[in-house]
Amino acid sequence: MTEYFEEPDLSGNRGFQSLREGFYKALFFSFAAATVLTTIGIFLTLFVDALGFFRSYSLVAFLTGLDWSPSLEPVSFGVLPLVFGTLTVTFTAAVIAIPVGTLTAVYLSEYAAARTRAVLKPLLEILAGVPTVVYGFFALVYVTPVIDFFFPGVSTFNVLSASLMVGIMTIPMVSSISEDAMSAVPDSLRQAGYGMGATKYEVTTDIIVPAATSGIVSSYILAISRAIGETMIVTVAMGMQASIPAVKTADVFGLGIPFVHPGEVFLGSGQTMTAAMVQIANSDLAGGTIAYESLFAIGLTLFAITLLMNIVSNVISERYREEY
Amino acid sequence: MEESTTGDWSETGLDESDGGDRDIEQIPEAETIIEARNLDVYYGEERALNDVSMSIPEQKVTAIIGPSGCGKSTFLRSINRMNDLIDIANVTGELCFKGKNVYDEDVDAVALRRQVGMVFQAPNPFPKSIYDNVAYGPRIQNDTENLDEQVEQALRQAALWDEVKDRLDERGTDLSGGQQQRLCIARAIAVDPEVVLMDEPASALDPVATSKIEDLIDELSEDYTVVIVTHNMQQAARISDKTAVFLTGGHLVEYGETDRIFQNPRNERVEDYISGKFG
Repeated sequence: MTEYFEEPDLSGNRGFQSLREGFYKALFFSFAAATVLTTIGIFLTLFVDALGFFRSYSLVAFLTGLDWSPSLEPVSFGVLPLVFGTLTVTFTAAVIAIPVGTLTAVYLSEYAAARTRAVLKPLLEILAGVPTVVYGFFALVYVTPVIDFFFPGVSTFNVLSASLMVGIMTIPMVSSISEDAMSAVPDSLRQAGYGMGATKYEVTTDIIVPAATSGIVSSYILAISRAIGETMIVTVAMGMQASIPAVKTADVFGLGIPFVHPGEVFLGSGQTMTAAMVQIANSDLAGGTIAYESLFAIGLTLFAITLLMNIVSNVISERYREEY
Repeated sequence: MEESTTGDWSETGLDESDGGDRDIEQIPEAETIIEARNLDVYYGEERALNDVSMSIPEQKVTAIIGPSGCGKSTFLRSINRMNDLIDIANVTGELCFKGKNVYDEDVDAVALRRQVGMVFQAPNPFPKSIYDNVAYGPRIQNDTENLDEQVEQALRQAALWDEVKDRLDERGTDLSGGQQQRLCIARAIAVDPEVVLMDEPASALDPVATSKIEDLIDELSEDYTVVIVTHNMQQAARISDKTAVFLTGGHLVEYGETDRIFQNPRNERVEDYISGKFG
């Protein structure tokens, strides 16, 4: 004979359960929706105002023009000098931040003693917390005189000092994210390497860095995106002259090799897309004028470039994703 | 090695604080490949190994058993100086590999580990191809003249060749758990080490994969000295020639022929442990 238990109460009545869950869901959704809507709103404003600009100025002339002069007659809205300024700053910054940041990350993750790391990592992250306007003044007041010592006659506002500073500013971004990626490689892989009789250098270069590639490359893309969008340093220290250097031709073994003189690129003033937007926004140009609307055209171009970087970043981190 | 006599050990063979006699079999010097003399390991203030003296015979399987936290893994890791990787670990006493104390000033841990390979508890293949996993050791030792043959031979010895010969460029991490562990064994023996240390190599595997690893260990002992830590007493009984029993506090309590230890343990606490009264 089977003896049955008294039927247990499994109704789980906690009072207005479905109503409360519905309320929570709506609450959390509204916050998520607010964020997404704001982004869409910004994009739409950018797009609509940029469209106004392109109604009176040709898209082709904007994208291929070599002269940017929004306020002086005759006005010209060729974006290439600004793109050139942005690319110069970004490239120079990457040349500094990527190697320095990566090697710093290797040191912190694999070589530094726990104590050293505990002191150094927060210090580096402080570097990331310094307001960028401070970097800008540092470039102007301390870096430019040093450049002047080596290259006399450098402009007070010059591309080199601003680019160097943007590079220094992005080092912690590369080092911190890369260090996280390397530290996330399971210790069992290190043990396997050491157990095989690998040296610390071999474990680092053969095992840890390849296994962390996805995160390391992501840190590069993030740092590059940051450099593209950097505004304050270039506004303060780089001058306000949108310029693109003349392409010259060098005769190398009978071949005409085009080149630009590095002195012209780095030692004079320049302007990035972001700095040009600041200049327009600060000027007394009336709303609705073509010069005012050009601000949104640059904004949209910048948006397109950063979006592209994000997509590249996702593709790369998918491709190098490690399963360990 | 010259000054080593069995007399040294008998003096330390008794330790009242241990709560009982130790019964540690002596191995003839000629057959000994690894010999611990009064080995202590501390992690900071904590004593993980307590005055361990034992010698391990060449080309045999020696099992190290004992309850959790008894120091068996610590002992294993002191053989190839993997404890060096732990900042707070401190070793005193001697651990001789072929008569040379590996804790001497002039010993390079990297060189030692190239002769004393290791297989870990959880399979840990590199996120590289099967081929590159096995070729890793020969490559870092610049011994790549017959790399293809070395890889094949190691995979054959690890009883994995037939399963992977057509897909050597696939990632080692895509294999099943048991295959991964055999890959790790192949990786360890590709450099033809003298000793293979195994730290609970089957504890993360299912019974079928475990039995394959056990068969493999049996075959490996024809060419290598195998020292295996296991918490599975049946496994120790099945595969080992000698068994060392560590009990709490990092004491080596009994060491001898596996059959004798399991059938007729001399130490009362070892008998309790083996019969499942604690552990």
